[in-house]
Amino acid sequence: MSAAANTDVVQPDSFAFTPENLEKVKKIVAKYPEGRQGSAVMPLLDLAQRQHGWLPRAAMDEIARLLDMAPIRVYEVATFYTMYNLQPVGKYLIQVCRTTPCWLRGSDNLTDYLKQRLGVGMKEVTKDGLFSIMEVECLGACCNAPMVQINDDFYEDLTPETLGKVLDELAAGRKPQTGPQNGRRASMAEGGPTTLKDIPISYDISRDLTGGK
Amino acid sequence: MPKMTIDGIEIEVPAGITVLQACELAGKEIPRFCYHERLSVAGNCRMCLVEQEKAPKPIASCAMPVAEGMVIKTDSPIVQKARKGVMEFLLINHPLDCPICDQGGECDLQDQAMAFGKSFSRYQEEKRAVTDKDFGPLVKTEMTRCIQCTRCIRFATEVAGVEVLGAVSRGEHMEVTTYVEKGIASELSGNLIDLCPVGALTSKPYAFTARPWELTKTESIDVSDAVGVNVRIDSRGREVLRILPRINEDVNEEWLADKGRFWVDGLRRQRLDRPFIRENGKLRAASWAEAFDAIAARMKASEGRRMAAIAGDQVDAESLFALKELMTALGSPNIDCRQDGAQLDAGSRASYLFNSTIAGIDRADAILLVGSNPRWEAPVINARIRKRYLKGGLKVASVGAVGDLTYPVEILGAGPETLADLAKGNHSFAEALKNAKAPMIILGQGALARPDGAAILTLARKLAEAANVVRDGWNGFNVLHTAAARVAGLELGFVPQAGGRDVNGILEGAQKGEIDIVYLLAADEIDTNRLGSAFVIYQGHHGDRGAHRADVVLPGAAYTEKDGTYMNTEGRAQLGRLAIFPPGDAKADWSILRALSEVLGKKLGYDNLDQLRRKLYQAFPRFQRIGAIEPAAWGSFGGSGEATRDAFKPAVSNYYMTDPISRASATMAQCTERFVLPAAGGKTGTHG
Repeated sequence: MSAAANTDVVQPDSFAFTPENLEKVKKIVAKYPEGRQGSAVMPLLDLAQRQHGWLPRAAMDEIARLLDMAPIRVYEVATFYTMYNLQPVGKYLIQVCRTTPCWLRGSDNLTDYLKQRLGVGMKEVTKDGLFSIMEVECLGACCNAPMVQINDDFYEDLTPETLGKVLDELAAGRKPQTGPQNGRRASMAEGGPTTLKDIPISYDISRDLTGGK
Repeated sequence: MPKMTIDGIEIEVPAGITVLQACELAGKEIPRFCYHERLSVAGNCRMCLVEQEKAPKPIASCAMPVAEGMVIKTDSPIVQKARKGVMEFLLINHPLDCPICDQGGECDLQDQAMAFGKSFSRYQEEKRAVTDKDFGPLVKTEMTRCIQCTRCIRFATEVAGVEVLGAVSRGEHMEVTTYVEKGIASELSGNLIDLCPVGALTSKPYAFTARPWELTKTESIDVSDAVGVNVRIDSRGREVLRILPRINEDVNEEWLADKGRFWVDGLRRQRLDRPFIRENGKLRAASWAEAFDAIAARMKASEGRRMAAIAGDQVDAESLFALKELMTALGSPNIDCRQDGAQLDAGSRASYLFNSTIAGIDRADAILLVGSNPRWEAPVINARIRKRYLKGGLKVASVGAVGDLTYPVEILGAGPETLADLAKGNHSFAEALKNAKAPMIILGQGALARPDGAAILTLARKLAEAANVVRDGWNGFNVLHTAAARVAGLELGFVPQAGGRDVNGILEGAQKGEIDIVYLLAADEIDTNRLGSAFVIYQGHHGDRGAHRADVVLPGAAYTEKDGTYMNTEGRAQLGRLAIFPPGDAKADWSILRALSEVLGKKLGYDNLDQLRRKLYQAFPRFQRIGAIEPAAWGSFGGSGEATRDAFKPAVSNYYMTDPISRASATMAQCTERFVLPAAGGKTGTHG
């Protein structure tokens, strides 16, 4: 397989930061000493990706121009990190964790469900442009396995059914509750505590369990 | 000077060098792939692992600085095991295609696998395959063979100064690429092929041509520019197959520019392999005797003052000397070796030499380019300036527009008036030159090859004197030539003798009918339309502009086909050697002149090259001191007259096509199409 420039991708001719983002660019670049603007390449790539949805080559060229570095140096960074998307993704990019804990807890079922429901393969975008799926390595939420990350949010303790509800909400333009989808709070034990139940009265654990409600 | 022990040998080494360099000083060879003395240290191939006493694990010797009391073992069981391990990893994804690989026989990986590797492979999984990249018409890629040493990336970034190569993706998916597939637009790209330790980057024109052990290797000198790059000509039978650089720290380090490397196919095309005589407007093949008789008949009907000779840009000193002697014997003062009309002053050596020497660039801290684009006129010198720039503390300015020279250049102005301002001290950069420790002025042919060139030379001398560029132990006044034969010609005095005409005078005379016979010694860069009705004798190796106009064509030898002395822009005499014999009836140029002289009844006093050289050395002893340079005495030079206000024009309009050999080369034509035409908007000076 070749990881170099994906020639199938239709690249836009040009890219420009929006005026608001240009202000942010100035702030980011100002964090680094004169002559070391190149250090701003990663936050700028992130900014461009957030603006455009993915990272076209024109955006990388524009960043190279802004930071006065050779375009190839920007390509090197952008291709090294997997979180820069060098090809179009859906409005909601679903990253399914497939590392051991999630896999043991059924991440394969989630992937199969997504493929079937959305009718797309890995790294493909649904016709309506809403969703694309991707398998990724550990996202660091093993205690709530299996889980997916959709854009910047984690959805945990998933089953195909609960994941389906999340997608329904997103498709309807609403923002579903993030975090565990099986009713438990954070990564506390399912079905309430199993140990340390005889807590002194002075400490009301139910407040923690109910989130103070 | 730290003391250390390497394999039991106690050795004192310079501080600041690496363990690998120290091992080499101790005579121990350390295998390596990514390390290269002229590039930055990467430390990623791990082949140079050695054992250091008290270190917990083997160290990468290329990246480890030496320290007092270090004890290094380069051949212990641990080292051997480490090398075997590294080798095994490197070979995991390397294809076993040595039999069809052009690097075979001169491959670092092959050699080191033989020396340090295992004799079998334990790897049974799938190998990695990588798509090939488009690096342009010169460099062929076979990226599956790449071991990711990153030498090419570092060379392009550091030495060539074109930041187009990079390593994209990571881990097993890492690939060396330009990413956007636009080729490598550098005049030094051929060196990538030499640097690549495996067969990932090989020469495209040379692909599948020969194996290194079939080749006869001849050490010679490059004549594609006036740098005098030391080269090795690899030939088989009657063909030159490729040209590689040799190491000469004072001249080219170990680089060779693309024209001198890839114009090889031009040496085979458009060759003059037999004499020709023009009859009824058409050239017909003739014998040597017929050709000489035709010349003799015309010369007898004329007289010396009505004859002229113009020498070309790639002629050896011996032939220049023979032609000068012949013209003197014929009584002609009209000889010139400056076919571009450069107003160089042959009377003062300092006025036409690169006085601070090429190695002197390493010391310079302020450089003023005058009408010169070193990137196209002498790419290897340009790389040296870039190397100096990367060290820091170098200011470069230019009078005359230059493109991207791979280092920042301040453009001070366009033409002679800026130079005059500088000479008067009315410019801030004059101050910079004066305050610099080792200031340099590099005067290009773009400033001299014009009618007011002599006045500009004077201006440049005045600036050099005003800015104190010539001082004790340092002469910063430099002329950068583009023609390999130019300095030898000036040294020999191949310029108009008393009352003689220069190139312009000769052409004018020919137009007006005042010159009957013009002898072109491989001179093609003149306007042949201006030769009028003169009888033109062309002696040279290619059927180019000169032969096209000639009345008699005498087939000579290209630089690969004769022994000859060349003087580079510094005034360094260097020996070119015969690698193959000239094609057909063609002969070495001095011997043609010698034979012709006998027919003309003005027999030159030598029968072989040794005798000729003895005479040459007697008259001009500097040609005998091969490889040496002699500082030139500063004096007054240059001409009078007013410099015009015309901007300096570049001396080279297309780097890839400057002379008969490169114009005949298909490879150079491809380069022109790929790199020059798009930038020039479709047209160059060679068009039309």
